[in-house]
Amino acid sequence: MPNLSDLKNRIASVKSTRKITKAMQMVAAAKLRRAQEAAEAGRPYAERFNAVMGGLAASVGSSEGAPRLLAGTGSDKTHLLVVMTAERGLCGGFNGNIAKTARAAAQKLIAEGKTVKILTVGKKGRETIKRDLGDHFVGHVDLSEVKRVGYSDAAGIAQDVLARFEAGEFDVATLFYARFESVISQIPTAQQIIPADFEASSEESTIYDYEPSEEEILADLLPRGVATQIFSALLENGASEQGARMSAMDNATRNAGDMIDKLTIQYNRTRQAVITNELIEIISGAEAL
Amino acid sequence: MAMMQFELVSPERKLASVEASEVQIPGAEGDFTAMPDHAPVITTLRPGYLTVVSASGTEQYFVTGGFAEVSGESTTVLAERAYPKADMTAELQAELVAEAEAAHAAAGTDISAKLAADMADGIAL
Repeated sequence: MPNLSDLKNRIASVKSTRKITKAMQMVAAAKLRRAQEAAEAGRPYAERFNAVMGGLAASVGSSEGAPRLLAGTGSDKTHLLVVMTAERGLCGGFNGNIAKTARAAAQKLIAEGKTVKILTVGKKGRETIKRDLGDHFVGHVDLSEVKRVGYSDAAGIAQDVLARFEAGEFDVATLFYARFESVISQIPTAQQIIPADFEASSEESTIYDYEPSEEEILADLLPRGVATQIFSALLENGASEQGARMSAMDNATRNAGDMIDKLTIQYNRTRQAVITNELIEIISGAEAL
Repeated sequence: MAMMQFELVSPERKLASVEASEVQIPGAEGDFTAMPDHAPVITTLRPGYLTVVSASGTEQYFVTGGFAEVSGESTTVLAERAYPKADMTAELQAELVAEAEAAHAAAGTDISAKLAADMADGIAL
């Protein structure tokens, strides 16, 4: 049976752990609200953008001279996987789930005989998939210095991806990130960004005049579309990360509470046993006289 | 007077959403003014100032990189970067011009040269 002072120490240490997880949970909750606001603020732009692109792509997409960003290079031999994860851990299965989805996709492609290249955004995912896919890495984007993800960060990543595309390094690019559903549910998602895959708007909307021509507008907007998609993915990911961390820390806080209860009961029992023992000793000592 | 819905959105936030009677837009192929019942047009933007006339007065924004979608009832401008005119400090202007010139130096195309020149002109307004 553990002695009393040991138990006391353990209770104290679990209590201080609970304080830390509780604080982390509250920080995550505050950050989550901000991340959600940012994600919501970014939504109108992305929605309008995709709607217009969808219309443009539908009218130009099938023609001969369609831009390569839309029509593709004509092959699908080399795939670039952009794996976006968090810079920090302690957020439950968040990083692991994205890494798992990306790893499964990579292994499937490799099994099909395709070449796979991986660009990682965020330190945690890189560490996770390094072990089995480390030799497919072609680059890494470090956002650990970035306090608040801005459009310029997304534009930077987009530029990197586009430069690789221009150089013919890959044919298809796919983003991996977690879509924010709710605090308890973040869904790892794979989204193809090159060749662009716009949902053609179902409603046949107004017929627009285009200035300059449709092709030129498309050529101008497609690279921006890549940046826009990366930006929304970053925002979703940010909200997901904080949501995952919040629920993970909530669980941890609750577990610590349960543990403290159990330890306290054990502590009380042990103390009572010690007292009983002492009494028995005193009484039997007195009787012996 | 007839009004139309005007929206100015950047990737990070919605800058304006008002009922406007006219919007002057710096289009890639020339500036134009969109008024209610304008023919539907989609055009890319040239760096420059956008002017909105609404019931509450006239406001100006600096916009660059994006497009404008004009239809009879609404005008939506999606700009990669947009700043209210009041936020346009000398430093920000210099930064934008320097950025455009750096992008031109990197790309070296006619289009990037035009963009850099447009940036310098448009900003001087």
